[in-house]
Amino acid sequence: MDNRYKPVIGLEIHVQLNTKTKAFCDCSAEVFDLEPNSSICPICTGHPGTLPVPSGEMFKLGIKVASALNCQINLYSRFDRKNYFYPDLPKGYQITQFFHPLAEFGWLEVNGKKVHIRRIHLEEDAGKLIHSGDSITESDYSLVDMNRCGVPLAEIVTEPDIESPEQARVFMEKLRAILRYIDASTGDMEKGAMRCDANISVVDTVTGKQSNKVEVKNMNSFKFVEKALEYEFERIIGLMENEQEVDRETRGWNLATKSTVSMRSKEEAHDYRYFPEPDIPPVLLDSEYVEKIKQSLPELPDKRLKRFMESYKLPERDAWTLVEDKQIADFFEEVVSQTKEPKETANWFLTEYFRLIGEHGEDKIHVTSRHFVELFRLMKDGKISRNMAKEVFQESALSRKMPAEIVKEKGLEQVDDSKLIEEIAKKVIENHPKEVETFRSGKEGLFGFFVGQVMKETRGKANPKVVNEILDKLLRGS
Amino acid sequence: MEELTDNEFKKMTLKNAVLYENRSELVKFSLKVIGEEDEIIRAFISVDEHACGGIPIGVKDNMHVKGFKTTCASKMLKGYVAPFDATVVRKLRENKFSVVGKTNLDEFAMGASTEYSVYGITRNPHNLERVAGGSSGGSAAAVASGEVIAALGSDTGGSIRQPASFCGVVGFKPTYGLVSRYGLVAFASSLDQIGPITKTVEDSAILMNIIAGKDEMDPTTVERNIDFTGFIGSQLPKMKIAVAKQSFGEGVEDGVKERMREFVKLVENLGHEVTMIDIDELKYSVATYYVIAPSEAGTNLSRFDGVKYGLRIPSDSLRDAYERTRGEGFGDEVKRRILIGTFTLSAAYYDAYFEKAQRVRRKLSNRLSEIFEEYDFIITPTSPTVAFKVGSVSDPLVYYMMDIFTIPANLAGLPAISIPFGEVGNLPVGVQIMGPRFSDAKILGFGDFIEKQLR
Repeated sequence: MDNRYKPVIGLEIHVQLNTKTKAFCDCSAEVFDLEPNSSICPICTGHPGTLPVPSGEMFKLGIKVASALNCQINLYSRFDRKNYFYPDLPKGYQITQFFHPLAEFGWLEVNGKKVHIRRIHLEEDAGKLIHSGDSITESDYSLVDMNRCGVPLAEIVTEPDIESPEQARVFMEKLRAILRYIDASTGDMEKGAMRCDANISVVDTVTGKQSNKVEVKNMNSFKFVEKALEYEFERIIGLMENEQEVDRETRGWNLATKSTVSMRSKEEAHDYRYFPEPDIPPVLLDSEYVEKIKQSLPELPDKRLKRFMESYKLPERDAWTLVEDKQIADFFEEVVSQTKEPKETANWFLTEYFRLIGEHGEDKIHVTSRHFVELFRLMKDGKISRNMAKEVFQESALSRKMPAEIVKEKGLEQVDDSKLIEEIAKKVIENHPKEVETFRSGKEGLFGFFVGQVMKETRGKANPKVVNEILDKLLRGS
Repeated sequence: MEELTDNEFKKMTLKNAVLYENRSELVKFSLKVIGEEDEIIRAFISVDEHACGGIPIGVKDNMHVKGFKTTCASKMLKGYVAPFDATVVRKLRENKFSVVGKTNLDEFAMGASTEYSVYGITRNPHNLERVAGGSSGGSAAAVASGEVIAALGSDTGGSIRQPASFCGVVGFKPTYGLVSRYGLVAFASSLDQIGPITKTVEDSAILMNIIAGKDEMDPTTVERNIDFTGFIGSQLPKMKIAVAKQSFGEGVEDGVKERMREFVKLVENLGHEVTMIDIDELKYSVATYYVIAPSEAGTNLSRFDGVKYGLRIPSDSLRDAYERTRGEGFGDEVKRRILIGTFTLSAAYYDAYFEKAQRVRRKLSNRLSEIFEEYDFIITPTSPTVAFKVGSVSDPLVYYMMDIFTIPANLAGLPAISIPFGEVGNLPVGVQIMGPRFSDAKILGFGDFIEKQLR
């Protein structure tokens, strides 16, 4: 019964490209959290008499994204106008690429399966409305912030190849990793730098029937992409099981109710009256230029993941955690090249390093590959125990000091001096005659007690190996 | 230097104005003549009484002059002040011109008579009961009446050439892409081109040297170094000239046909080879134009929604505010074209209208290119009629058909000039010379040569 229904999911993702300027004017494109209407000009606010001048950087980043997603890049692409009225759209049309997109026919591998990319096109973002009340229907008036008008977007449209809500989330996470690797976008869903709409329909594998398609919007985190689609999948199954019609409609994810709510039916769909943008001549890309950009791409997350798994012998999960963030992965590789211990280094990254970042924030943590090298040497030389090493690591990461300096400062260095340890051990034995008697009568378990006492006297600094040897000699006489 | 008289000022060419030393005096003359003439002619929507010294020029009021109102002769742009100079205006300033006023036009340049302006009708200086033509009727009338030395117009389907023809002055539409459209309020982006309206052909060439050039603010401009005065005053070699048979066809006034015959004779007598050819495709040009131009215009005018600038009629609901603002802001002719354009771009009719019109446009372009492989120029009347009486044309189809000879140059992006050639019943007739892309200097040279023969 569980597997009787299968979801068919396709995604439409808007990615804000990291360009310095907006798509068609010289205003700064970094507009998140700015004072409203502070990064605007006559062009991006649609003054009469202005003309759009396409940004070269937008194309460069678009080509990067398309290449990283294995797309075929169209050397001929063209802008079109998408016409509709809304106060956040100053010209009354959005400049997009409808008829001739920048790129087509790509794919991204998710859980060993190719999710095909239908097309990637460039377009401009719209502005934002700020309502006076809590919602548009409860507001007396709305204000328009045009900072975001004209920020360049790449819209990525997948084929309906995604087979589960989880896969949709993983697709998005992978996409974000790629975008960050190639420095094309922050991919930050919470800040709206990456926005995802999904189309979902459900197939009844027993009857072969497929439901109508429902579009889901407003999923502004990776988690919500999965949650909203899970909800929608269940909702559609419910309708199908009751032999009810699934309406073709657009539904929005409601965070408060953790459900999707109908926004509009497809019958009310706009006629956008697309037609070629006469203000911008068709764009003819030079194939050498495209090739040069392709060649400049760094090793992408998938390839790196495989390499991490093979050359560092890491399990996939651990490898992905290290690979996902390019800076971390780069740093990891730098450290490994010094320590020559990938496994141990990975352990320290996955536990201590990430914990510190999580607890204190990335900017508070100052660790270089030298820290790891020194820390590992201190352990290997028996200067500090593994437990002590964690403390030393934390101290040095927060203080910028080198591990050896911390060890010295705090007097944490292990005591190897066997004469000194023997003296202390003898004293411990002298002071605990009863325990010695019990031990010698066969209660072997008490050995640990003596070790503990010696460690306590040395405040943990004694080399446990030496302590064991000496106590063994003194108590067992061997 | 002798004192200039009003009459001398009115007749002063740009060529002479450039050489005239006391430029602040020229502006004073201009303002004085405007004061005297414009009460009746109404060529200007606004006049800058404090215009600084320079060569007085009129600019059609659909181009931005920073700090001044741009009205487009529409209620819609109520209170709108241009936030920057159009590229052409900047270039004029850099070359010591002084914009003395903004000239009247049909609302948003949609019309051929300058009757559709909320600022009133511009009168033809040759006969005040007649229209000045349009949509750059204000610019043509201002030059013809001697109010300014020269003027700028914009030409989407004949809006420079036809009023120049009606008012007996020279109007030149350059090859598409030679003059920046930055700062020109768009009517139909793929057809619009700014150009000069002047007293002589040579003046148009001088003005072209100033306003033309690649502009990084307009991606449709092209990099071409053309000296537009290059052929001025020179004896051109024997030219092969095609006269469109349609110049003598139905709908062309007898008087205009007569002038055309005389023109052909003159050109032949000057030693050029003239051949009559049938350009059958011309009959589709008006229909094609009246699909493409409204399609582009409809979306170009979407920005006038009452949200950001210009007229705003407030209402309880957004949709109602849009409807009332646009309902009150736009005049009937503009609304008519927005409606046509909205229809022709709608998904269900896109292929049947817009896409088909684009195909016909290419076909017409190809046909004209073919002709230009064999001939240097194509000659037609600029308009099938002379200036008509104010209020006499009410049928839009009749009105639209009058653009038949001027529209092809816009559809194909070609340069074309209208030069005055005789009169019919005391009203000027214009002859149009059209050439292949980037033959602008040659057209101006040829026009100049003809013009000098007539003196």
